[in-house]
Amino acid sequence: MFNKILIANRGEIARRVIRTCKRLGIETVAVYSEADANSPHVREATESYCIGKPPVLHSYLNIDAIIGAAKESKAEAIHPGYGLLSENAAFAKRVEQEGLVFIGPSSQVIESMGSKLEARKIMEEAGVPIVQGVNDPIANTDEAAVIAEQIGYPVMLKASAGGGGIGMQLVHNEAELRKAFEGNQKRAQSFFGDGTMFIEKFIAEPHHVEVQVLADTHGHVVPIYERECSIQRRNQKVVEEAPSPFISDETRTRMLDAAVNAASSIGYTNAGTIEFLVDKDQNFYFLEMNTRLQVEHPVTEEITGLDLVEQQLLVASGEKLAFTREDIVKRGHAIEVRIYAEDPITFFPSPGHIKHLSVPEGEGIRHELAVESGSDVTPFYDPMIAKLVVFGHDRSEACERLAQALREYKVEGIKTNIPMLLDIVTDEVFLSGDTNTKFVEEYYLPKVTVSK
Amino acid sequence: MTIVKASMAGTVWKVLVQEGQEVAAGEDVVILESMKMEIPIAAEEAGTVKRVIAAEGDFINVDDDLVEIE
Repeated sequence: MFNKILIANRGEIARRVIRTCKRLGIETVAVYSEADANSPHVREATESYCIGKPPVLHSYLNIDAIIGAAKESKAEAIHPGYGLLSENAAFAKRVEQEGLVFIGPSSQVIESMGSKLEARKIMEEAGVPIVQGVNDPIANTDEAAVIAEQIGYPVMLKASAGGGGIGMQLVHNEAELRKAFEGNQKRAQSFFGDGTMFIEKFIAEPHHVEVQVLADTHGHVVPIYERECSIQRRNQKVVEEAPSPFISDETRTRMLDAAVNAASSIGYTNAGTIEFLVDKDQNFYFLEMNTRLQVEHPVTEEITGLDLVEQQLLVASGEKLAFTREDIVKRGHAIEVRIYAEDPITFFPSPGHIKHLSVPEGEGIRHELAVESGSDVTPFYDPMIAKLVVFGHDRSEACERLAQALREYKVEGIKTNIPMLLDIVTDEVFLSGDTNTKFVEEYYLPKVTVSK
Repeated sequence: MTIVKASMAGTVWKVLVQEGQEVAAGEDVVILESMKMEIPIAAEEAGTVKRVIAAEGDFINVDDDLVEIE
């Protein structure tokens, strides 16, 4: 096991990694931008290094500065967290070349899964179901129109390098496609430096269900059940839970099998997540693979008793997984909500000063906090300020505990989405467990815009 | 004369107008980037752009002046 690791991230995930390291007796090195000098993660680490100005390009994406801090502190490994450099193949490669350990899969695996088209091809060859579509780049609007006609409208236009919904658009007919193609191509080019586009058949009312896997460097791949993440706004998750209330045991078994196939076929190592779309008839299709720890990993920890960060550290230091698929037992139900500094109706960001923060305590309640009373939420980074995770013996107990915890959760000084979260987790459709990705548009937004 | 101001703190991602250009009421003049989200800022009244105050890449605070219109 490592003696010292550097965490190339900020906020709640940096604190989360530090917590496990402390328990395991591993020293931690924090890096921070000038805007984060007073952040809790800087205080909690064994040592810390300022790596640049507030914008991420000058700090948390500054590979040279991060490698410099790792060398100076004599850290042996780097944990990338999520977002930022976590799925940057060039960073992983540089870490490897510098003789450090990247706590994640190899740079080649990150690269192949970073291209959605490449990932489609690999998964199809491995026998993992993919959405009907094309596996080659589409050059121009005319070619797109021919392909969309063959697949049949409605179709999704997608950018191969895309993420967060950028470069992605649903089109219902040729006129819409002709209007949308070039714009999305240009956006993908300017955001990701890669304007490669492809087309997939549109899946109506999809559920977003993902499977957690752990894979060691000795060829073992173990699935750690699934998470349902269908409640989203602006193509970003807001509420996540485990297990999925929607899929049957038979579907679950088939999805876990498919995830193991997917990970094995690419020689995956460390923690990873295979995202699937599931249609109303429980057919599932590979969407993408996230080659890192997910924001919503705590719900998996709550129902299995595993510490996924600990497992990441063990695998990265060359250990074998100490369990098989049959050893992993799920119990109860866990739900996570993401607390964002934003307007609960328009979803516009709300940076500012947190005058006071008080969080609920009680049975089954877990907090992952990026902020504290007196923190400044700056405009430079993601608006997520905290995660609230609840565990219950069954889903209805988890929902009740979550609603009560949200009522007691107080953030003063900035707007947050807490009213929206409370609205969602007390909604009859949510309580019934039937939550597809259109939930916010179809149930939440109409309600709040009519009553205001 | 009216001044279009920033509705929140952020970085100026794109300036969409030039000095001398006619703009309609409700037309976006600047796009801010705040917390990884694009925030379009529109002119409240129609007019001619007299002065572009904000430059792309500038960090601005809430209520800072962006564009002057007359």
